[in-house]
This record gives sequence, structure tokens and C-alpha cells, in this order.
Amino acid sequence: MEPFKVIKSKVTPIDMINVDTDQIIPKQFLKLVSRTGFGNYLFYDWRFDKDGKPKNKFVLNNPKYAQRQILLTRDNFGSGSSREHAVWAIQDYGFKVIIGSSFADIFYNNCFKNGILPITLNHEEIDYLFSRSEDIEIEVELVNQRVIAGSEVIRFEIDDFRKKNLIEGLDDIQMTLQLESEIAEYERESKCLSLDNI
Amino acid sequence: MSETLFEKIWNGHIVYPKTESVNYEPLNDGLSLLYVDRHLIHEVTSPQAFDGLRLNRRKVRRPDLTFATMDHNVPTNNRSLPILDEISSIQIQTLRENCRDFGITLFDINSPNQGIVHIIGPELGITLPGTTIVCGDSHTSTNGAFGALAFGIGTSEVEHVLATQCLWMKKPKSFAVNIIGEFKNPHAVNAKDIILSIIRNIGTSGGMGTVIEYRGETISKFSMEKRMTICNMSIEAGAMAGLIAPDQTTIDYIRGRRYTPKGEHFEKLVDYWQDNLKTDPNSHFDRSVTLDVTNLAPQVSWGTNPSMVIDITDTIPFPEEYAKGNENERKAALRALEYMGLTPGVPIVDIPIDRVFIGSCTNSRLEDLMEASHVVKGKKVSQDVRAMVVPGSQRVKMEAEKLGLDEIFKNAGFEWRESGCSMCLGMNPDILSAGERCASTSNRNFEGRQGSGGRTHLVSPVMAAAAAIDGHFVDVRDLL
Ligand code: SF4
Repeated sequence: MEPFKVIKSKVTPIDMINVDTDQIIPKQFLKLVSRTGFGNYLFYDWRFDKDGKPKNKFVLNNPKYAQRQILLTRDNFGSGSSREHAVWAIQDYGFKVIIGSSFADIFYNNCFKNGILPITLNHEEIDYLFSRSEDIEIEVELVNQRVIAGSEVIRFEIDDFRKKNLIEGLDDIQMTLQLESEIAEYERESKCLSLDNI
Repeated sequence: MSETLFEKIWNGHIVYPKTESVNYEPLNDGLSLLYVDRHLIHEVTSPQAFDGLRLNRRKVRRPDLTFATMDHNVPTNNRSLPILDEISSIQIQTLRENCRDFGITLFDINSPNQGIVHIIGPELGITLPGTTIVCGDSHTSTNGAFGALAFGIGTSEVEHVLATQCLWMKKPKSFAVNIIGEFKNPHAVNAKDIILSIIRNIGTSGGMGTVIEYRGETISKFSMEKRMTICNMSIEAGAMAGLIAPDQTTIDYIRGRRYTPKGEHFEKLVDYWQDNLKTDPNSHFDRSVTLDVTNLAPQVSWGTNPSMVIDITDTIPFPEEYAKGNENERKAALRALEYMGLTPGVPIVDIPIDRVFIGSCTNSRLEDLMEASHVVKGKKVSQDVRAMVVPGSQRVKMEAEKLGLDEIFKNAGFEWRESGCSMCLGMNPDILSAGERCASTSNRNFEGRQGSGGRTHLVSPVMAAAAAIDGHFVDVRDLL
């Protein structure tokens, strides 16, 4: 994974609550067996009509929003299906940060595995960012846990563990495998009787 | 110290950090490394995980605790024909090769054990009380009905579990949902209506960051099938998992199944479960709500998320009325009404439907099909409706056929299919066309879920069956 650097970008606003993973990446694109190439299908049914032509009204089709790295949204983003393809599509499209007022649990976890930073802010802060989404560039500093938007400096919370892994681009599995002796010990001592006999 | 059932399972599965452990710098933050007792796998969310293992030359740590099946993509018509969709067929073939290369038990498309992953786990006795169970699929919460801590994970986590049999987790909060009261008409109103009503009340993010324990008299009288329906949709309330303390009903269900421990070993387990797997009196829950089901009406969803639900006796809501002053909710309701092609003020019973789907991991077990068959028996599906029944597993299908349910459905004009996810998400050829309206026993009514432009109304199996006969929604309390 690429180490996470400071991100400076204007935002792409998706001004909706409850954006579910069925919308982020519709099921017809879940059949690929690789991790790449999903960006073309991000928000597919909102982006394209049934003949595959771009729908002008949708933000991602407005050239003004091209190349932006921050997605701005509201409550309960990423709800529904656990498909990590949703994060792969967001990442492959070029986003590095998602700012919202809340995220569905599985989606939130999936972001970190793919170098995407999900930032949870309160409703007033989100309203403010939406109100400025047309004009200002936002700076996201993970190290200092802050979002700088014009004259506002907004602090956000994140687990140290996840922060460290994002910043260093660490592989979780490698780290866990260093705990091999603990895992083996757990397996030996496990009171979960149901494990043997299989 | 008083502990909830969830806390007991959680604490019993922590591998690291142990309090006495000094060798490692605490990674703390409240993250714990949890041991996973059972890992279930399907074809859609696993290929990239196996890829990752190969890339890093890693093995599967516990192939003996890992089980796979194919359900999302499989065609539900004639299984002897080759799969026409080339990409589906690649995904299925990929799972086959991955299971072979890594030594994982696979219930392949023609196995008598094949079925929707959340249906076959319990059926085969893979799901046991007190265990931790994960799967790259959000409805893994279904298994919580057995008093297991069961939840969905992403593909990177699937890879992590394959390699380490563990998972880093932050301890969720606990949420008690108490269900009280006695149904006036238990044939017409049931588990599906309860869970829809809960989501309607607490919202799609009401359970976020929590594990729900469903409690109370009403639940303890429920069959395992009904408990599974309820736990299944915990994720629709935003919860990480839902669970129910095991009791005699649970033990009777799992006894003698293929992977259930046998004999004396089983009896020892039963003693252990009975003594330990319950929430201690006076335990603390971070949140609790109570639902009285005495006067509960059959529930129908009208919108594009599972909290947009009304009683069968209601009319389609006005956005203002639904939103209760929340501007974002009002906008969401407007959008939903437009997508669903509905007009506020119209009684839901007046809405004609085009399709009926009885299936999915929420409602495709034997009991669901039996209940639906009572409504259908001796009647004919409306000529304007295309209706199908998709049993959740090959075993459900076989048992239903033994009881002659297939004949009842077929005589009424239903299609009787092979097992799989089918039109719950339409990754196989079973989909809605744009504008088609479907009464569905599944769990998600998101835009395009059952096919691009398709309109889904979530209901119970008896409600779906009755809608198929009449061609529009009906209050099944008048029939049963
Ligand atoms: S039946 Fe539907 S919800 Fe259940 S696992 Fe299959 S696709 Fe997911």
C-alpha cells in the first residue's frame, strides 16, 4: 500500500444521506476477479443511462469536478452490502479521502485496507464544507488529524493503529503474523470446545 | 461481574492483547485481535483475497475451519446446462480452483449441500453457539440466531482471516432490543414484520457500531427459522451483528447435523452453553429499545431503504410527514417516491405489482415456504404477475418437495427454482426490468438492487404470496 501523504484538493459533493454500496458499485460489476478497473463503474447507474451515455446532471460527469481527490457526503455512507469493490471503485477513480457525518461499519474498515481515509465530522462541519464546496480547496493532514478548509481548521478522530498503518502503508497481515505464538497459544488453550471433533 | 452474551463471546476470543502479555508494544486503541472459529466463503468476495495470498506466498492457516459455497452467481434454472454468462462462470471456476489449491471444503454447484451461504452454515451444523463466525458478506449476521457472534467482513479482511484465522476489531457497543407482547394473529404477522418494524423505528443507522441482542418472551417462543430472519436483517439497521441467546430450541436444531460434534462431546458442549451463553442479570447495555408486537400489522416497504416502511393499512407517506422536519430525510423521501413511481396518499393495498420473489437468506427456509404455501394452496397467481420461489438451499428444496410444496406453488403458477441468491440481488439472470414492481421477501430495497430501475417492496413470505394471487398488496390478516 502507498503511504498516505497530505492531500490538497477541492471536493466532489454527493449531497445525500444513506448512499449504499449497491449505488457505489452496482452488482453487475462484482464479477471481476481482480482488484483494479472498478473506477469506470463507480456510481454507474447514476452516471450513465441505459445505453451507457453519461447523464449530464450527475456530478462526476461535470468536467469541473474531474481529478478531485476528496469525496464529501453525509450520513451513513457505504451502507448495505459488504462488497469491498465499492472502495476499490472509489480508489481506482482517484479519490483518497471521504468526508461524511457517518459511515457504515464494514465500509469504514474496508477503506483503511485500501489506503482511503474516511473522515467523520459533525453535522455543522459537514454543512459548512458543503456550503464552501464550490470555492475552496481543502487540505487533509492525517498526521495532525485535521482538515483545513479556508479559515477553518477542523480536527478529526482516528484510531492510532489505523493512522499508523495508513501513514506507513503497512500490511495488516504481516503485522498479525508476528503474533504467531499468541495465535498458536490461543488455539491450544481455546475453551471453545466446539473446535475439535471436526 | 455481570456480562452480556456478546461480551462473553467477545472476551473469550481475544488473542491479543492479553492483559498479562508484555512482549509486544500494545497496539491498543481498543483494537483487539479476535480469533475466528468459522470462516465461510462465496465466489463474489473471495477471488481477490486468494490472489493476495498467492502474491505473498501465504497459506490458509486453518482450512479445516473454512467452508465455501457458490450462491450469488449461480443460475437457478436447469443446473445441467452450462452457465451462459461467461464472467459468472469464471468466478465460479475461480472459487473451485482456489478451494482445491488451498485445501478448503467446497459445496459446489451440484452438491446436495449447496445453497445461500447463510442458509447452509446452520443447516450443516457449521454454525454453533458461542463461536465467532465471519464471511465476506453482510448478512452473516443470520448466524447470530444461534448465539454466535457472526458478522460480515470485506475482502481484505477475508484475506487476513485466511492467512491468520484472526481479525483486528474494535469492540462494538451493545444494544438490547426487547420484543414483548403476543401476536393476535401469528400466521399473518411474524418475524419479518418485527424486524422491518424495528428498522422503521430505529432507522438504517440506528444500530451503527453495535451488536444487537434480541431479547424477550416473544423471541424465546420463536423457531430457529424465525430467529434467523430477525438476526439476518440486523445489518439493515446498521448493526455489526445481531444475536439471540441459545436455548433448548437452538440445541434441538443443531443436534445431529453434519458438522455438529457428536455424543458425549456434544452433551458437554450443551452443558457449557446452558451455563454460560446468556446475558447475566443486571448487565449493562449501551442502548435499549422495546417493541410491543401485540398490535403489529403486516409491514411493507414503500421506499428505497429498509426503514421506509409502513403498515399494510397505511397510505404512501408525504415526504414532510416522513421526514419529521429533517431536510435531508425529506429530500431522500422525495427521491425515493420518484424512483418507486408512487404518489403520496394512495393506500398501499391499491398498488398493483408485476413480480413476486419468495427467496433470499432472509426468507427462503422451509418454514417460510410452508407458510407461503398455505396462502397459495388451491389458488392461481394473478395473470398480471410473474412469481417465483427460490429455495435457500438444495436441502430446503428437497425437504419442500418431500412435503409437496413444489406442486402447490407450481399448480398456482409459481416458478419453482434451484437454490441461490437469485433475484435478491440479480447477479444471475433473475432480474427485474426497469419500472417493474416486485413484492419481495428479501432484505434490500435499494435503487436497482433487483435490476436497474426495478422497484422492490420488502414483505414477509405470506404477504408476498398473497400479493401474487391478488396482483396487489393485501392485508393477510383477512386471509389467515
Ligand atoms: S440472498 Fe441476497 S442478501 Fe442474502 S447473501 Fe444472497 S445476495 Fe446477499
